[in-house]
Amino acid sequence: MAELKKNEAAVDATPNVMPVETVDASTTQEAVAAIEAPVERGEPILQVRNLVKHFPLTQGILFKKQIGAVKAVDGISFDLYQGETLGIVGESGCGKSTVAKLLMTLETATAGEVFFKGQDITKLSGRALKAVRRNIQMVFQDPYTSLNPRMTVGDIIGEPFDIHPEVAPKGDRRRKVQELLDVVGLNPEYINRYPHQFSGGQRQRIGIARGLALQPEIIICDEPVSALDVSVQAQVINLMEKLQDEFNLSYLFIAHDLSIVRHISDRVGVMYLGKMAEIGTDTQIYDHPTHPYTQALLSAVPVPDPEAREGRERIILTGDVPSPANPPSGCRFRTRCWKAQDKCAEEVPLLAVPERFKSSDTPAAHESACHFAEEKDVVHAA
Amino acid sequence: MPEPFYEPDAAVEAVAAAGAGGATDFAVDGGRTPRKTPEGGPQGTGPVGPDPSAASGERARSLWSDAWRDLRGNPVFIVSGLVIAFLVVISVWPSLIASGNPLQCDLARAQQGSQPGHPFGFNGQGCDVYTRTVYGARTSVTVGVCATLGVALLGSVLGGLAGFFGGAWDALLSRVTDVFFGIPVVLGGLVFLSVVTSTTVWPVIGFIVLLGWPQIARIARGSVITVKQNDYVQAARALGASNARMLLRHVTPNAVAPVIVVATIALGTYISLEATLSYLGVGLKPPTVSWGIDLSAASPYVRNAPHMLLWPAGALAVTVLAFIMLGDAVRDALDPKLR
Repeated sequence: MAELKKNEAAVDATPNVMPVETVDASTTQEAVAAIEAPVERGEPILQVRNLVKHFPLTQGILFKKQIGAVKAVDGISFDLYQGETLGIVGESGCGKSTVAKLLMTLETATAGEVFFKGQDITKLSGRALKAVRRNIQMVFQDPYTSLNPRMTVGDIIGEPFDIHPEVAPKGDRRRKVQELLDVVGLNPEYINRYPHQFSGGQRQRIGIARGLALQPEIIICDEPVSALDVSVQAQVINLMEKLQDEFNLSYLFIAHDLSIVRHISDRVGVMYLGKMAEIGTDTQIYDHPTHPYTQALLSAVPVPDPEAREGRERIILTGDVPSPANPPSGCRFRTRCWKAQDKCAEEVPLLAVPERFKSSDTPAAHESACHFAEEKDVVHAA
Repeated sequence: MPEPFYEPDAAVEAVAAAGAGGATDFAVDGGRTPRKTPEGGPQGTGPVGPDPSAASGERARSLWSDAWRDLRGNPVFIVSGLVIAFLVVISVWPSLIASGNPLQCDLARAQQGSQPGHPFGFNGQGCDVYTRTVYGARTSVTVGVCATLGVALLGSVLGGLAGFFGGAWDALLSRVTDVFFGIPVVLGGLVFLSVVTSTTVWPVIGFIVLLGWPQIARIARGSVITVKQNDYVQAARALGASNARMLLRHVTPNAVAPVIVVATIALGTYISLEATLSYLGVGLKPPTVSWGIDLSAASPYVRNAPHMLLWPAGALAVTVLAFIMLGDAVRDALDPKLR
């Protein structure tokens, strides 16, 4: 029980993020006005603070009793800046997709805040929430289940206009849908076809067109290419980069493929068991990782050069990821970490620039949640 | 009919160097694929390039308009629709094709076979089987269609809402259906209908709906739970769609197929259930004419005079088959993959 308490207390464990400038909006009108206001490039557009999502584990049929909770996301904080791509990586089950659902308000957060332009979207409802949804859109992982098989492509991409009629007047919608098809590289004449008549890559383009329809400012991509062939992945990634420039979008890009994340991201966050292990620019994370988990992940990246491959050190983790229903005390990674000491079980490491790098100006000076953070270049080591 | 689709230029782009510091070399295509008409389209070697006639001027199509277009050309739908239309017409105006009186019987002619003017012969009471079969359509079709509609509407609305919203409402509904499943149909019918004095078909229909809806409710609930977990429902929610929109546009069209199948098969069961209840003396009572009553009356004599049983039974079989075929055609038309 003492262990549990310690973990719960550690929710407020991110002392170094910038304070959020909240916009005081007492009325819905003001909230909507704040959401519609433009944000300068490079300014934070989405600020996540100590976000927590616990899924209750219940017992009993008629009278449900909570016997525990799966701590899918347990105190995460980060900023997404206007115009950038923030990649989130981590292995299966670490809470990446739950973060996406929380940001889309498809799930209700257990605790914590998500500020979109200074408005806490976890507390909005009605018209203000609808305005936020217009500005944050999502591209789903599986293009085979994210499109309604019983709607034509025209209806799928046109649906956002039905829900937000102010975006496009009625007579104009069909033309807009065809424009969107053209933008994502599909033939506008396909408007009357059904999803099953397209390949996986084409379907994902339809999903992207639907996401773009409302001219959102943020697109959350939940493993948008992991269900596609490698050759098609390249097309879709290139399309997304082109659209980012064209429409000035900010991406939150969730994936487990480290190479793709490096290719598309400006900054990268590494998640482990519901917590952020390390966050920094792509060079800082990929070339100067300081968290042992990041180093282990990177050492598993395939290297195409056989000679370099042989000389390189592989970090092989032992054991499985612990259950998020009963995570280890202190540092979540300590059960599989080769550096773990007593301190790791007692004290939750904060996500902060490690003490030893604080004064220096090296790329290793980025936020890392490890008591014994030290730089180790696992990718280039030979 | 599905045309082969290709990812244009897909093979050319290869994601090389997946490692080496994660430096991925994506092709410089910019992600933009040139517009292409589908290779090997309907004309096979047809002209390459946009076909002006299929261009943007074409009116928007939707699931329902496509389904209707598909149904109009489907022979199964046309045949079953004509049979059902014919049944409805003779239910309303039986005298159109039968000039006799179904209640005018002559015991002297009991169990006689086919003869001029009386193609189906006579039943055990000496009544004309043809006339009684035609007049019986009204009761049997009314019971079958009304009971099925009632069961399907009540069951799919209650079950669908329970599946979609979940929570306490769902738990309550599931327990209530359990209770209803525990009631034996015949015993329930004896108890319920013996206290009803009305001689019309409505108490029977009411009883069938009361006992039948939990079956459809369970199917609708399961089907809706499966559908609502799909990403496209989440996508609609993320767009800000209301519950009504998600239910009507996304959940219902994708969850309705099993309900249609079970409801059309159940229609035949309900017509025979009416016969069973009538046989037990709690359903419809003579002088009401129904296939069920005639079937029960004829069953002891099936070896001496099979025609007394075969004609009403044949009418029942054709009716049930027509509704099953109609349900099948509608279900297929609502699935774009089968077009």
